[in-house]
Amino acid sequence: MTGVNLSSPHGEALKAAGEVDGRSLWQDAWRRLLANRAAFISLIVLVTLGVVSVVGPYVLPWTYDQIDWDHVEAMPPNFAMGHYFGTDSVGRDLLARTLFGGRISLMVGILATTVALTIGVTVGAVAGFVGGKVDQLLMRFVDLMYAVPLTFFVIILMVLFGRNFILMFLAIGAVEWLTMARIVRGQTLTLRNKEFIDAARASGGSTTAIIIRHIVPNVLGVVMVYVTLTIPQVILLESFLSFLGLGIQEPMTSWGMLINDGAAELEINPRTLIIPAAFMTVTLFCFNFLGDGLRDALDPKDR
Amino acid sequence: MWSYFAKRVAIGVPTLWAIITVCFFLMRLTPGGPFDAEAPVPADILVNLRARYHLDDPLWRQYLDYLVGLLHGDFGPSFKYRDFNVTGLIAQGLPVSLQNGFSALLLAIVIGVPLGIFAALAQNTRRDYIVSAAAMTGIVIPNFVMGQVLILVFGVWLKDSVFHLPAGGWDDGAFPNRILPVFCLALPYIAYLVRITRGSMIEAMRANYVRTARAKGLPFRLVVMRHALNSALIPVVTFLGPATAFLLTGSMVVETIFQIPGIGRYFVQGALNRDYTLVMGVTILSAALIIAMNLLVDIIYSLLDPRVRYNEARS
Repeated sequence: MTGVNLSSPHGEALKAAGEVDGRSLWQDAWRRLLANRAAFISLIVLVTLGVVSVVGPYVLPWTYDQIDWDHVEAMPPNFAMGHYFGTDSVGRDLLARTLFGGRISLMVGILATTVALTIGVTVGAVAGFVGGKVDQLLMRFVDLMYAVPLTFFVIILMVLFGRNFILMFLAIGAVEWLTMARIVRGQTLTLRNKEFIDAARASGGSTTAIIIRHIVPNVLGVVMVYVTLTIPQVILLESFLSFLGLGIQEPMTSWGMLINDGAAELEINPRTLIIPAAFMTVTLFCFNFLGDGLRDALDPKDR
Repeated sequence: MWSYFAKRVAIGVPTLWAIITVCFFLMRLTPGGPFDAEAPVPADILVNLRARYHLDDPLWRQYLDYLVGLLHGDFGPSFKYRDFNVTGLIAQGLPVSLQNGFSALLLAIVIGVPLGIFAALAQNTRRDYIVSAAAMTGIVIPNFVMGQVLILVFGVWLKDSVFHLPAGGWDDGAFPNRILPVFCLALPYIAYLVRITRGSMIEAMRANYVRTARAKGLPFRLVVMRHALNSALIPVVTFLGPATAFLLTGSMVVETIFQIPGIGRYFVQGALNRDYTLVMGVTILSAALIIAMNLLVDIIYSLLDPRVRYNEARS
């Protein structure tokens, strides 16, 4: 992706979308990201995994909760029957379950991170921009929350309010926003006294408008790096809960739960453990590489 | 420094109190109680049960009783293990968890820090890449997967060889029973410590005073050990704070997998059984541990880095 040709349809589209002429920070970062082999491959793997886990369950001959009564004991892969990864201990297709579990795990990861993102960016930007008492109050609260064993709290919430999917990502999101708030606040503090903020204020922008129009877009780079590193953490936390039996409930499944099921079959059928574990590990690897790549790509120091 | 110490303790206490309060009211205000089992208890018995556990007192009364009890080291009765109180269960479980935790931490420091230095001194060579990739793998593979793999390899596949290790159980802390859980608990720490040490060591080796030390002809080994290492260890110390929280959640997984009677396992069992007082007790204890550990880290900090002076509280 070299300089943008404005006469091409692509250039027109960019212009229409309000993109600046020439190479923006984002285009620059994008090019640098693509040049980073590990990050680029990770991106492709993640997109593929995402598409496959969304589309897969519709295409496969078996659904995730359907029992193949002819093969109720764990069966090795059998292509003729359409069990490409074999079946689990009660005769459900392992590939279908792994993909469906991936869908749930990825969904929890993305939704919980969105919750964390919303709270974190709001709190961080308001604290940093408004400053004074508000800043003191919000950041003291964040400090206080850091001392709380948060994993325990997520578990308490799951125990008290029952294990449902919506509560799960809300609860995880509600504990993962702290670092995000700190990062955004730090960035906002450096932005607060820039000329363009003064200009916005001088031309009569309200505090809310300045935060939304000027502060938030400018912290997005850092936030994006942190988001790619939070998603794997959330996936890990969710699978941790499901592994302990405190997360998603049957017949729904997630990678953590599949790993738990597989662990029970460890001696006779290591396959039922290894396959979901491999899917999850690869995903976590890719998110971490992508996050590192994004950090390098967006780091102005390297330019 | 003593005033700083006092100030931190003064902040820590209300924090702990806030955690206790939130915990208590969350537990009591939710629908469903510890006696809502699948088979409902007859009404008369339920009344007696509630009276036995003081659940029929007004809420503020229960709260005050709980606080007073805590001050006496009494976490209340366990709702599920009828013949035990929570303090007794914790007293049984905590030593086991602490032993495992500290062994894991020690193992992680002994392996992780030297490996990080080793990688940093050979930055961007094959040595560095191998160590860094291994560390990334250690971070990415969650310990509940690692635990299973270890069991599969040492407990199942190597069953008949000399490398066989027990796949679970505690056996009153017999040495072979400890190896796998401690190693499993230590692995993510090792990985983090390698990454942290490597990063800070690279930075320290680029610092001006290190260049000066080398320029004046000090042997390389001395430069590393005496000058670079000092400042490189500061982030490692910082990590010990979050490491405590890590250790506590890690112990939940490891103790569940290897069936070790520690507080992590009690917590998970308590959560599955809706044993409110047990869950609450372990949470409060963990919060206290984390707060205490963070305080300790700040003190070690001031000893390591003369630039850190505590005239005012850090923001």
